[in-house]
Amino acid sequence: MVPDADFRSYHDRPIIKPPVWKVPDVPAYLYLGGTAGVSASLAALADLTGRPGLRRSGRLVAAAGAVSSVAFLIHDLGRPERFLNMMRVLKPTSPLSVGSWILAPFGTATGLAAASELAGLLPGAGRAAGAAGAVLGPAMTTYTAVLLADTAVPGWHEAYRELPFVFAGSALASGGGAALLTGHGDGPPRRVAVAGAALELAASHRLESRIGMSAHAYRTGRAGRILRAARAATAAGVVAAVAGPAADALHRRRPRRRRLLDAVAGLLLNGGSAATRWGVFDAGMATAWDPAYTVVPQRERLRRREAEQEERHE
Amino acid sequence: MAEAHPVGFQWVMEAKRRGATVIHVDPRFTRTSAVADLHVPIRAGTDIAFLGGLIRYVLENDLWFDEYVRAYTNAPMIVREDFRDTEDLDGLFSGYDPETGSYDVHTWQYADADVEASAGFRDEQRAMAQEHERGEIAGSGGAPFTGTPTRDDTLEHPRCVFQLLRRHYARYTPEMVQQVCGIEPDTFLRVARALTDNSNRERTSAFCYAVGWTHHTVGVQYIRAASVLQGLLGNIGRPGGGILALRGHASIQGSTDIPTLYDLLPGYIPMPHAHREQDLASFVVNNAGEKGYWGHMDTYLVSLLKAWFGDAATRGNDFCFDHLPRLDGDHSSFPTVMAQARGEVPGYFVIGENPAVGTANSRQQRRGLANLEWLVVRDLNMIETATFWQDGPEIATGEMVTEDIGTEVFFLPAANHTEKDGTFTNTQRLLQWHHKAVEPPGDCRSDLWFYYELGKRLKARVASSTDPRDRPLQDLTWDYPVEVGPTGIAEPSADAVLREINGRHADGTPLSSYTEMRADGSTSGGCWIYTGVYADGVNQSARRRPGREQDLLAHEWGWAWPANRRVLYNRASADPDGKPWSERKKLVWWDGERWTGDDVPDFPATTAPGHVPESQTAGAASIAGNEPFVMQGDGRAWLYAPAGLLDGPMPAHYEPQESPVPNALYPAQGANPARQQFPSPENTYNPSGEHFPYVFTTFRVTEHHTAGGMSRWTPRLNELFPEMFLEVSPELAAERGLRNNDWGHVVTARSAIEGRIVVTDRATPLRVGDGNGGTRVIHQIGVPWHWGPNGLSTGDAANELLSVALDPNVHIMETKAATCDIRPGRRPRGPALVRYLADRRRAAGLEE
Amino acid sequence: MGSLSGPLDDPTRDAGYPADHPGRVGFFTDTSVCIGCKACEVACKEWNALPADGVSDRGAGGDVLGMAGMGYDNTGGLGGSTYRHVAFVEQRVPASRSAPTDLGMPSMDLPGATQSGEHRADATEVRWLMSSDVCKHCTHAACLDVCPTGSLIRTEHGTVLVQSDICNGCGYCIPACPYGVIDQRPGDGRAFKCTMCQDRLGAGMAPACATACPTESIRFGPLDELRAEADARLATLQSHGVTGARLYGRDPDDGVGGDGAFFLLLDEPEVYGLPPDPVVTTRDLPSMWRHAAAAALAVAATVGAAFVGVRR
Repeated sequence: MVPDADFRSYHDRPIIKPPVWKVPDVPAYLYLGGTAGVSASLAALADLTGRPGLRRSGRLVAAAGAVSSVAFLIHDLGRPERFLNMMRVLKPTSPLSVGSWILAPFGTATGLAAASELAGLLPGAGRAAGAAGAVLGPAMTTYTAVLLADTAVPGWHEAYRELPFVFAGSALASGGGAALLTGHGDGPPRRVAVAGAALELAASHRLESRIGMSAHAYRTGRAGRILRAARAATAAGVVAAVAGPAADALHRRRPRRRRLLDAVAGLLLNGGSAATRWGVFDAGMATAWDPAYTVVPQRERLRRREAEQEERHE
Repeated sequence: MAEAHPVGFQWVMEAKRRGATVIHVDPRFTRTSAVADLHVPIRAGTDIAFLGGLIRYVLENDLWFDEYVRAYTNAPMIVREDFRDTEDLDGLFSGYDPETGSYDVHTWQYADADVEASAGFRDEQRAMAQEHERGEIAGSGGAPFTGTPTRDDTLEHPRCVFQLLRRHYARYTPEMVQQVCGIEPDTFLRVARALTDNSNRERTSAFCYAVGWTHHTVGVQYIRAASVLQGLLGNIGRPGGGILALRGHASIQGSTDIPTLYDLLPGYIPMPHAHREQDLASFVVNNAGEKGYWGHMDTYLVSLLKAWFGDAATRGNDFCFDHLPRLDGDHSSFPTVMAQARGEVPGYFVIGENPAVGTANSRQQRRGLANLEWLVVRDLNMIETATFWQDGPEIATGEMVTEDIGTEVFFLPAANHTEKDGTFTNTQRLLQWHHKAVEPPGDCRSDLWFYYELGKRLKARVASSTDPRDRPLQDLTWDYPVEVGPTGIAEPSADAVLREINGRHADGTPLSSYTEMRADGSTSGGCWIYTGVYADGVNQSARRRPGREQDLLAHEWGWAWPANRRVLYNRASADPDGKPWSERKKLVWWDGERWTGDDVPDFPATTAPGHVPESQTAGAASIAGNEPFVMQGDGRAWLYAPAGLLDGPMPAHYEPQESPVPNALYPAQGANPARQQFPSPENTYNPSGEHFPYVFTTFRVTEHHTAGGMSRWTPRLNELFPEMFLEVSPELAAERGLRNNDWGHVVTARSAIEGRIVVTDRATPLRVGDGNGGTRVIHQIGVPWHWGPNGLSTGDAANELLSVALDPNVHIMETKAATCDIRPGRRPRGPALVRYLADRRRAAGLEE
Repeated sequence: MGSLSGPLDDPTRDAGYPADHPGRVGFFTDTSVCIGCKACEVACKEWNALPADGVSDRGAGGDVLGMAGMGYDNTGGLGGSTYRHVAFVEQRVPASRSAPTDLGMPSMDLPGATQSGEHRADATEVRWLMSSDVCKHCTHAACLDVCPTGSLIRTEHGTVLVQSDICNGCGYCIPACPYGVIDQRPGDGRAFKCTMCQDRLGAGMAPACATACPTESIRFGPLDELRAEADARLATLQSHGVTGARLYGRDPDDGVGGDGAFFLLLDEPEVYGLPPDPVVTTRDLPSMWRHAAAAALAVAATVGAAFVGVRR
């Protein structure tokens, strides 16, 4: 319960229905999709710029992420056997429909690219598929934010402006982090990861300072703990990711490879990213269960509107 | 009413929409209270004090409907000189015999009436008969009555009914109402003003009641109190007036009209007693009235006998009058069950009732069931009455052992109302036909099928008997046509039964009115008041013309007895000259030649307002033109009952059998001195005092039906109210440490039952007089009685808690007010429960 | 794609039906005459063959038949198998609810009623409000908008209907509904809600709940007629001094473009478990997509930039 919330409810019961989406299915789906999206983009540019290791790692992570993301999505359906009903229609009003139409070709493209990579066959087709995946990749990272925001869940809906940037930053951090983890983090991935982490932290901060009462849910309870852990992991991941190169730069020596430190950085960034998605998910759930988050802001809105109307009358 | 009669309550809401004020007087704040303009919480069992207060308010403030009262009520009648009121005898009326706990009612009669003159054999019989049957004959009108009482139309004679009333209720002041009922004078006056402001030439008020008024040791007097009030206010026989009895079940009205009561024949004709040498003629002389429509009882009874015994019933054999069973005592439900426990009753049919949980002191009921030779239970579900021998509460406590119970139980599954044709008769005497919608499943059969088949088998068994006791069965007409349904069941025609009830002329054509009945055997009819339901050979009860497509009173929706009349005694809606009291409240009137109007006139159609009859003993022809109450021996509404009641001619407030406080009005009396009590080890009564400090009242919720036989097996009802619960106020919860939705249990000398605690502001503690000049708070606990151990939704039965103490007139038990204790937590189980109860009784001084 | 928010005269036409489609129908639930009998709940379950599913924290649907600890409400709320739900609201209010109404009769000059019993604040009395909740069949229905399979549709009668042979149980409609109406049926996986008895509408019959309601608290009919009826009823109540009376969901200018099923309430909506100012979530969807697109571009730019000027 929100402290000092002066409001009335029906037996303290939720007004909106809390989502039936399951943990870890949906947070995992959010996290994996984002990681896969950035990885696909990294792989394609790596391909273009002649970084076979990063290309390979990126293609594999993208495909694995896409496939498992789809698996989690299907697993979460009430009627998994009807997954393909998602493809009956394309509805711009439904972020899940749009998302399905992003996820399906993305999964196909990254799958083909990964297959080409693993089999070593048809590199041209692999490159084309990888390029397609790279184009869809950024969309993969942010459509899920709309997916959450386009609900009546106060903690998500009221964050609809910030949430895409949180997810974008989170995806960049985890995508870059995945490359660090696989030992291909030097150069662009490290920059991506650090920039992403910065974006994630900044956007999260902005979110919590802008969405009003629901911010409380982001700071307290289990969601608050998860999000604090996420920030700590992300920050630590950034430190780990830049510590080596920074030390090298400080000592004006040739950059060294630090597989272990990069792996730790990659793990921390991915852990932070996954925790961010989980925390956002959890915070939203908390605002759905507690009717105060629905009633108090709406009451406030009504009060403002009535005051405005009165002003206009005067 | 909204709780238990939500469908009927639509009309209250409609009235409210049109501006009516709705006042709800109830110990509990219910769904009715929620939509009422005013809820008046009252201490359970004190309504006569409240109604008496209203009567006094009317009398002391000159608010009665003067012309109506003088002309249409017995206010001017003068009562015998030796009558003594409760004011004279410390709370007793004259004639009380403390030995028998009953009244000799003779002194209550009108002065100078002929009752005493025709003494002797007839009177002796009448006195005996009065003990058991007189209360219920009033189901279709007043008690039969003879003679021409003297009266004082100035209402000033000290022994006239009006003055007796005034004196009797003089102490029922608003302050006394507060002392007794816990109702603050402000609230009381608010009710009094609303009622009296709304009762005059232009306006009428109605009372609705249900078993909250009847289930008391003074239940009949509750209704009498309302009758006195409505009579004074001129609210009877007029549109929007009256006293509406909301019955406890669908068609309970029907089951008293064509009775399942031991002491009545169809149409409220008394069941004959086992008098020696009583023939049809002397039975009629002793039981029929002389004036009004009860004066023609012979035609109703002979037609009934012709319907039952057909050609075998002849003038020569008194129309088989001797075939009727005879009463030799009180065979009402509770004495019968006590006789069962003594092993005096071999067999028992239980049809559509569930006494093992549905009747007061249900443990006593099960004791009776366990001492039968055989028991037939016909019901929709496997109710507790059919399974008490294997899993009843006494099996759990070890007080009974299945192997020791010799009762052979036959459970016969019954068809429900959607699976058979037939009628419901509702509270306004409206017969409504229902059509079979689906075939009954499996072995389920309609009651009609069961009794028809049983009768056929019994008749076959005695077909060749020469034993005279088999003659009634042999002579019984039993030839209903059957219709074979799609599942092969040969169902007797309910339509044919309704035709038989309606009655026929000798040539077989249907009667159209009971006035066509003859005592010479030329007509037959199964229930005289229902005659006309098949007039013109049409099932009038099956009519379904919507109200908005027909006249104001919807005469073409179903059919109301008698004669499709919708407002009884509606002659009273016109003044003595036959003109409506007001344009706004007109209903029937004299047009110069006959009675006419918006309803079927409840009066001889061509008896002019000024008509003075030549004879006082000619039945309907004796009705004067200004006497609207045509079923009453004196043609008037009774503000005072000179005959027909066993516990007083005027309602007096008596405490319930179990009460936490003394009787503030009559300190020398506690409960009704004429009530029936049955003290025994398993029917001990709670003493007053600290051990049972709270009041409980049983009640229903909309979601369940009576003892649950229909509803506890219905998932979509059970989810709405899934568990037994106990309703308490926050104040009582604090006093006893009860928490919402936790368990608690209620204890009486009889048993302890548990339920989920519902703590609610709706429950109001009341402050009443403590009998010593001070006041005290009374907490009242609501105990729903729908639960029992069987079904999908189970729980303890409220009736375990109750004792058996009865109203003397109609033998109804007191379920609506008793004392108890309440404690947090579940009740003890198994043998521990027996020990727990024994401890509680010992503490209360009830056991050594 | 129809419009996402704002007043809309004809959502059926907006959904692509030909102009000669049947008129829009709806419910007007007048809670001032509700007696809480729950006949609507039972009639609905009977007609729609819905299971008794008890109560859970999210409303109905716990599959446990037990007392909810909420007084006379033991089904909790709407749910996947509970399309009508009667709320019971117990309140202590200032003792004035029984304001004398003008009956065209002599003045009654009623003194203020107070409850007996010294423990209670003198100036309060108990009020017990009852209200039958149902799907609002919004003009702009979020559930319908967000459904990715096209299972949720606007019907020819202007109502919102789940086609359960299409629904794959993605659950998106559930948090999308600003009223908390639609829910998953446990054990089935699909989402369900009030159909306004689509099968009865087609046969020219009124929905089961409205047919069963004994006091005409639930009124069914053409929406424009119901709105006029509701306005008149509100005026009557207000003229009788029932100051708390208000219409909820009647206004086509509200956040969902007005409800197909609207209410006359006697207190603030949240007291009955209804949101005070619901807004269809997809009203903001264009902005959401814009923000998401900007964020996606930021991702692309970041990744691209990361490759710029880096030595291999």
